[in-house]
Amino acid sequence: MGIISKSTKKSPWIMHYDCTSCNGCDIETLACLTPMYDVERFGIINVGNPKHADILVVTGSVNKRNVRVLKNIYNQMPEPKAVVAVGACACTGGIFKECYNVLGGVDKVLPVDVYVAGCCAKPEAIIDGIVLAMDKLEEKARDMKKLHSDIKACQNEA
Amino acid sequence: MPKTIIPFGPQHPVLPEPLHLKLVMQDETIVEAIPAIGYVHRGLEKLTETKEFTQNVYIVERICGICSFMHALTYCQGIESLMGVEVPPRARFLRVIWAELHRIHSHLLWLGLLADAFGFESLFMQCWRNREKVMDIMEETCGSRVIISGNTIGGTRRDISSEMLVKISSVADEIRDDLKRVEPVFFNDYTVKHRLVGVGVLEREKAYVLGAAGPMARGSGIRQDLRMTGYAAYGELDFEPIVETDGDCYARTMVRLKEVYQSIELIKQAASIIPEGEISVPVKGFPKGEVVSRVEQPRGEVLYYMRGNGTKNLDRLRVRTPTFANIPALLQMLPGSQLADVPVLILTIDPCISCTER
Repeated sequence: MGIISKSTKKSPWIMHYDCTSCNGCDIETLACLTPMYDVERFGIINVGNPKHADILVVTGSVNKRNVRVLKNIYNQMPEPKAVVAVGACACTGGIFKECYNVLGGVDKVLPVDVYVAGCCAKPEAIIDGIVLAMDKLEEKARDMKKLHSDIKACQNEA
Repeated sequence: MPKTIIPFGPQHPVLPEPLHLKLVMQDETIVEAIPAIGYVHRGLEKLTETKEFTQNVYIVERICGICSFMHALTYCQGIESLMGVEVPPRARFLRVIWAELHRIHSHLLWLGLLADAFGFESLFMQCWRNREKVMDIMEETCGSRVIISGNTIGGTRRDISSEMLVKISSVADEIRDDLKRVEPVFFNDYTVKHRLVGVGVLEREKAYVLGAAGPMARGSGIRQDLRMTGYAAYGELDFEPIVETDGDCYARTMVRLKEVYQSIELIKQAASIIPEGEISVPVKGFPKGEVVSRVEQPRGEVLYYMRGNGTKNLDRLRVRTPTFANIPALLQMLPGSQLADVPVLILTIDPCISCTER
């Protein structure tokens, strides 16, 4: 296991983006970082730069204006990456599903790996979601490695 | 010197919420700030027209997670005055207790975010650690940490037992003692003062003309607090609004910090004189006519306009939130300040974008 894949597995850096959340899930995501829950003991750090991030934590549903911003952030993140949808709004649109400006859950625009239920999602649930996303990251890293070795094998044959 | 435009947001480490500002810069100084909003717009006011007026309580609670109880309180008080419902005294006191708990958690959250904005991370952690005590009380009394759904039209949905009231008072004392320990850092620390004193000065006249609300107005010397109008049980409690006259970031920080102490006192007062009795009355019929309902939120005055037509749906629900009132003041403060001060200046209005854009 190389140093990069090891550090990704042991210490995933998260990137939080608030789509149209009511702040409830946002402050619970922030509460995960503070002494009561303290996710830094798992090596999880909240970063502001998408190019440093492994896991994208999205709160709130997607609307017509922020869909471009969300895609932009996702595309800037390096592979392998995982998306965690936090809260009822991010999962399905929640109570705002019928609003005219809401497109629906995050899975309408991005491939979501983990859904965290709740309105608002509890910090314990959010931490659990991120731990599940770490397994997904490992899986993706393995797939990527296999893909690379396959490509190399093909090139050698040719 | 040519001008450059620096985009600030919508995704920015200092902001938990998406706010976008185009900062027109000349060297390091801001010449103009152009706001661009709409990232959190959902169309919530339209949604309330399609739901029943009793269901709307759950929708307005989700306008903003930080002051959800106050949103529901404003809505319920408006509908109650439309329908002529007399809320039982115990419910009015319970509303005060939960509302002040929300104010404490909102102000502690803000103090932490401000500390984070000027790069004082351990202060951020201390404020949020203290805040968890409030969240535990919310969970214990209502079963949820943030959106507690305590209000219903005609009273409250849950009661607080007398043992729990005693516990709330003692936890409030703990919060006060904890805050007393971090208070000197906000008030006296050289680096903190350097970032706050004299930054973003808003004079009294300007604050008045621009219609600033809440701690923004009170930090500039305007004695304006809607709790003085005595809604819910505030008329029976003793308190004096906190006013500072300097109008800079430091004054606004002091207002919010002192308001935490004030809220603790209000909770203890309310817990000591809360009367026994019913917590809600049954409500029959449908709202008819129009009403304006106003409540003091942690960020300032929130205003609801409601028009009922005698059916189960409302004709119109309009919300004017305190952040919307404070954005003109922010745009007035930004020109002339340094780029490094922008995060502190934005946070000093305590922006709640999901309230503003709904």
